[in-house]
Amino acid sequence: MKDKLLPILIIFSALIFIFRLFWLQVINVDETQFSKKNSIERVYQYPERGYIFDRNNNLLVGNESFYDLMITPKYLKQIDTVEFCNILKIKKSELIDKIKKAKKFSQLKPSVFLSQISKKDFAVIQEKLWKYSGFSITRKSNRKYVINSASNLLGYISEVNDYEVKDNSYYESGELIGRQGLEKSYENKLRGLKGVKYYQKDKFNRVIDSYKNGTLDSIYVQAKDINLGIDINLQTYGDSLMINKFGSIIAIEPSSGEILSLVNAPSFDPNLLIGRSRSKNYLKLKNDSIGKPLFDRGLQGQYPPGSTFKLVNGLIALQEKVINEKTIISCNEGHFYSRKRFMRCHCEIGTKNNLNKAVYNSCNTYFANIYKQTIEKYPDSKIGINNWKKHVESFGFGTYLGYDHPIGQPGLIPGSNYYDQWYPNGGWKAATTISNGIGQGEILTTPIQLANLTAIIANRGWYKTPHFVKNISNDSIDSKFNEKKYTSIDSIHFEKIIKGMFDVVEKGTAQNAKIKGIQVAGKTGTAENFIKINNKRLQLTDHSIFIGFAPKENPKIAIAVFIENGYWGTRWAAPIASLMIEKYLSKEIKRKYLENYIINGNLMEEYKKPYLNTNFKINE
Amino acid sequence: MNEINLKKIDLPTILGVVFLIFLGLLNIYSTVHADNLVAPFSLENPFGKQIIFVLISVLLFFFIQSLPFKFFERFASIAYVISMLSLLGLFIFGKNINGATAWYQIFGFGFQPSELAKPITALALAKFLSDLNANIRTVETQFYSFLIIFIPILLIILQPDPGSTLIFLSFFLVFYKIGLPSIYMNFFIGFIILFFVTILFSKESIILFVLIISFLTVFYFLKNKKSIKKIIIYSFVFSIFIFSVDFIFNNIFEQHHRDRFNIVMGIQQDNRGIGYNTNQSKIAFESGGLFGEGFLNGTQTRGNFVPFQHTDYIFSAVGEEWGFLGATLVICLFAFLMLRISKRAEMQRNLFSKIFSYSTATIIFSHFFINIGMVLGLVPTIGIPLPFFSYGGSNLIGFVLLVSIYIRLDSQRTSKW
Repeated sequence: MKDKLLPILIIFSALIFIFRLFWLQVINVDETQFSKKNSIERVYQYPERGYIFDRNNNLLVGNESFYDLMITPKYLKQIDTVEFCNILKIKKSELIDKIKKAKKFSQLKPSVFLSQISKKDFAVIQEKLWKYSGFSITRKSNRKYVINSASNLLGYISEVNDYEVKDNSYYESGELIGRQGLEKSYENKLRGLKGVKYYQKDKFNRVIDSYKNGTLDSIYVQAKDINLGIDINLQTYGDSLMINKFGSIIAIEPSSGEILSLVNAPSFDPNLLIGRSRSKNYLKLKNDSIGKPLFDRGLQGQYPPGSTFKLVNGLIALQEKVINEKTIISCNEGHFYSRKRFMRCHCEIGTKNNLNKAVYNSCNTYFANIYKQTIEKYPDSKIGINNWKKHVESFGFGTYLGYDHPIGQPGLIPGSNYYDQWYPNGGWKAATTISNGIGQGEILTTPIQLANLTAIIANRGWYKTPHFVKNISNDSIDSKFNEKKYTSIDSIHFEKIIKGMFDVVEKGTAQNAKIKGIQVAGKTGTAENFIKINNKRLQLTDHSIFIGFAPKENPKIAIAVFIENGYWGTRWAAPIASLMIEKYLSKEIKRKYLENYIINGNLMEEYKKPYLNTNFKINE
Repeated sequence: MNEINLKKIDLPTILGVVFLIFLGLLNIYSTVHADNLVAPFSLENPFGKQIIFVLISVLLFFFIQSLPFKFFERFASIAYVISMLSLLGLFIFGKNINGATAWYQIFGFGFQPSELAKPITALALAKFLSDLNANIRTVETQFYSFLIIFIPILLIILQPDPGSTLIFLSFFLVFYKIGLPSIYMNFFIGFIILFFVTILFSKESIILFVLIISFLTVFYFLKNKKSIKKIIIYSFVFSIFIFSVDFIFNNIFEQHHRDRFNIVMGIQQDNRGIGYNTNQSKIAFESGGLFGEGFLNGTQTRGNFVPFQHTDYIFSAVGEEWGFLGATLVICLFAFLMLRISKRAEMQRNLFSKIFSYSTATIIFSHFFINIGMVLGLVPTIGIPLPFFSYGGSNLIGFVLLVSIYIRLDSQRTSKW
């Protein structure tokens, strides 16, 4: 032992050192290593974020310069704090705090002292800045929303959070990222690729020269501008129609699947979500629990579709051959759909409806009946309802549809599994689910799904996945938006339904949607709805729904209008859809009286009702 | 008899040292070239100065080889006295650099007598212990041997230069080697381990642990009464030591000493303050990777991020510019050198030469261990140069003197006397 001690110590420590080196230099090397190196300074060059235009090249979103006041603590000198606080509009305590924070960050490296100063404030600051050594200005760019509309649709950008920095090697803290809406889904196109230059620095943070002779440097890649399918005139017109109403209007060009407008009400100014007061404004919007402006009713709102869904059931019944267009079903203010259960209808006693008449009169009896027949065509209700479900889903119901916007809801199309859960012992049959026949009951759809349904009918059986972006400069949109998707219903059956829809406007439930010179086909809907307040189920005034397209031949626009608690479909939704169609197709509204009536219409009292803590009447 | 026998000369050691000095020059050049506008061979430039020191070292080497074999033994005592006087003289004529009065200023060159005190103390010890009357097992010899190393320790600790002090403590390895009873070594090692463990955990739990271990061992050795007595003594001494470590650490150490320990032990992290050097050094190693960034291309080295990089932290430049492979090569080179010297020491029949050679290996090893351990963040920050590598005239000349004498003594190895 005595003789071997020194050699053992030598070999042992050499091995420990080599292992330690191996750990430090080979194993422990991760990708963030590069950023940890304080000797390399990376200077990024950012391309200007891409512009967003509407379908007619009207600018919707551009960029605006703003300024960051930077501080380098080392160069600070005695300053007149009173004046300085005045021009920056901050308190003295805030000033001291911020200087402390900057010092903690670094004495030599500039850090942001005040961010996103507007041009106006900048002018004042710039004039006085020479007095304050240690402060400097850097210019940055932020979004500028040219129009006060489509806020949820466009989304907004904000600084990346820590999670994103960790998760994504592209972003570094302080950079901007598309946070919501199309800014998010088209982030990669709109941001371009930043360029980077590497510099070798010394310990005093001075740049010595370029790193590895600039071989690792890269030049930025220009961002791409995008054109939306949105027609901004139609969009803002929709906004004006929706004043003092909650709901959504979605219009689609049936032949292309391009979304012409997505109006949500209540709305807010997209410019609220940029600049220094973003988080304050965001909280305000978030806390509006009645209007829920951040809730995209068009994409996220899941409502019972009401009578508009009768069209789908009609098409399925035709396809399943349980009826043809001549089939007559009589209605006596409703009918008994099972031994003791009666479903009411507004048809007079003794009314005999064929398909056409059933559509334009929106006969509950007819559609409940054919729905039941569709299910009962099969020996087992399970098979029947799943077959029905398969047809319904081929219209895009019960799915997220696959459009190019990050938010959405699938709605609900119940199948046998769903009812098995509610009736575990199997006690359900077609009659149990009868409400599905008239678009009530368990079915939930989103307005965009209804707009898509309208486009399918307008196209006589197919649709292209609805999408917001029409084209991208020097690039193409996702090819899935060009694919025709066919429903499981044969094309010939659609004409029969369309005839009924045309008569809805001509002589049926929605005659106020008629437009001179334009053949409109449509369908009203009235959806019963309930909410839970304090665990009490309350019924609210029905939702007013209308779907329609025009012209009847070679349709240019398919539209779905959804007015929360607007009562029956004809009352609000149908005229709004009709005005939208007129605006889009003839650019000019001739029915000024109708327009004024809608614009001045106010449903705010209706929305406050459930929160008044008193009993209230519905459907007034 | 006094002729240098070229066939017997330890050529691999010479080549190893030359290679290390050459690598040292390269890396010193690398660490200073970026921020020195002065020409590399100018005396204003540390690199230029080091070249001069290397030239002096070469002359010194040949001078030593030309001296008679008996010279070293004969002059060991007087050299020791002169060396100790030179340490003492620092308190009158010395210059304070970086908080330690360790330097004489002569003709613009700083001279650090403690660097020469290392080989000279080795000579003095070799002479004293090779005396026929000396026996390290006796208390008397132990006393004088300890005195020989404690005089420079005392003088150096007063400068204060705690790093060099540790080097002198490493002579205990030499004592142990030539027969110092192992009880000293056991206490020595036990103290080191307990020192760190006590800092990490509470003293009560450690004492409890020591007592449990002792109890179990006593139980195991029940028949052997001698061992029981030994074990009781050990555990008693260790318990007292644990208390004193706690006391020393918290009451005698100053905050920056505590911080250095705490950082290495992972109790505390502070990459901007006291841990800055170690952290920068680690970043340099990480930046080097497997193959290194290449000569003169190390970003951390070029940016001068590692403090004292041309002196104590020179190994981080190797790590960054030559990578894992280069750094491993240097470690292997040192290991080879030390193993070779200790093996040749083993084969020495001349006790004086044997003890001196063994001291040579031990001194190099203690520098190697502390310096590289510190640079790699394994040992608390202690300012000790890396032999042959670090910039600095005194330490280079000190080490060349050490190795030259070893070579001279070793070349006479197998000859009878």
